[in-house]
Amino acid sequence: MAKVKAATGNEAVANALRQVNPDVCAAYPITPQTELMQRFSTFVSDGKVKTELVLVESEHSAMSACVGASAAGGRVVTATSAQGLALMWEVLFIASGTRLPIVMPVVNRALSAPLNIHGDHSDAMGARDSGWIQLWSENAQEAYDNTIQAFRIGEHMDVRLPVMINMDGFIISHSIARIEYLEDEEVSSFIGEFRLLNPLLDVARPVSYGPLILPDYYMEYRRAQSEVAARVPDVVMDVARDFEKLSGRKYGLFEAYRLDDADIGIVILNSAAGTSKDVIDEYRSRGVKAGLLKPRLYRPFPYREVGEALRHLKALCVLDRADAFGGSFGPVFIDVATSLYPYDVRPIMINKIYGLGGRDYMPDHAEAVLDELLQIAETGNVRRYKEYIGVRE
Amino acid sequence: MKLKGWRELEPGAVITEAGNSREFKTGSWRSFRPIWIEENCIQCLFCWLYCPDMAIKVKDGKRAEFDYDYCKGCGICAMECPGKKGNKAIVMVEEGK
Repeated sequence: MAKVKAATGNEAVANALRQVNPDVCAAYPITPQTELMQRFSTFVSDGKVKTELVLVESEHSAMSACVGASAAGGRVVTATSAQGLALMWEVLFIASGTRLPIVMPVVNRALSAPLNIHGDHSDAMGARDSGWIQLWSENAQEAYDNTIQAFRIGEHMDVRLPVMINMDGFIISHSIARIEYLEDEEVSSFIGEFRLLNPLLDVARPVSYGPLILPDYYMEYRRAQSEVAARVPDVVMDVARDFEKLSGRKYGLFEAYRLDDADIGIVILNSAAGTSKDVIDEYRSRGVKAGLLKPRLYRPFPYREVGEALRHLKALCVLDRADAFGGSFGPVFIDVATSLYPYDVRPIMINKIYGLGGRDYMPDHAEAVLDELLQIAETGNVRRYKEYIGVRE
Repeated sequence: MKLKGWRELEPGAVITEAGNSREFKTGSWRSFRPIWIEENCIQCLFCWLYCPDMAIKVKDGKRAEFDYDYCKGCGICAMECPGKKGNKAIVMVEEGK
């Protein structure tokens, strides 16, 4: 039986970690993730979990300790945001290249400079090619559900990769919303016992981690890792089906919202998808065939499936809450454009950068985008391919 | 040794065979080879003690030949060798000469 509570996103995810009861957690506080780990450390102090909590002096050390504990054979978690994720950078690649299924909620926040603590996707977008699986969450419920599913996905014997669960800083992490919690026993039986793969602490079967791999083998290891990434979408779908049986909540590689018969569409991640869906409902009630695609599994990106879901549109706007400097387009735009490239007939695409550093994304922003898409669909003329919305001139 | 293809590799580059560094003959790295001159050797075993690669064999408590499969030619043994009456018991000779 589900328990319905009011909780912040941080609280919901902290409770997911409590229910998982990991072996080791190494963490360092950073806004807006601080509340998540503060709540989890309370569970440790109160004896609600058996987790060994390692308090480290930086995020670089946090991820390093996680790598060590995971290689040793433990189920390992941490959490971070923004600069903290940036400081983990070097070790993120060691975790994924060593195939360690560490689970890490990332409370998305803008990167410095200028210093800003609010919600935007620059942090996780920078880590999108670090070899970690990335799940993105619209609200606290999805962040909770994704956190629980992350253990099954990352620890799957065909995968063995670390997983990042993303939710928007403050907008989700600090807002109180309705959460349906699973029972503790339901979570522990869903994730199952941690399965070992070459644990360092098995003294009867000694192994070495982290050897030097020279040009004669490095490329083969990278090729093998790419193959592992290709297996992830199927595992994500299998886990989602099991999770639906348990919770009644359905998840896919992405959410396709009123998309099947749509002429125009929006692709947008996380919390702003909720606002956009409301506006789409409004346009639908006026007879406008608008739809939305909200990526969930963003890495590895399901190019084929996304392309299939969007190819029939006439005009499409990808909204990015992270900019790409150097004259490029936003990261989600680049991936969606790549997914549509194989098709001869495909939608005209535009890119909007919105909501940086916690700038609000309002219904009238979504309205302006849909109006522009209607015009593009009708005339085929594009005013500008990339533009900033909600910014003062 | 036949190199493995990408499908045959252990996940995460983990080495699962204990002690397999023995199969890796690092002696091929050597550009200078140490030569043992037995008549100048006082059996102090400094070379055995200092060698970073266990490339000096000892048999029945006595200095034996170099293990050239693993000696990288670092020259530490030759440096530390006290020799006898000013004559070194280990000298470095350029490989191929």
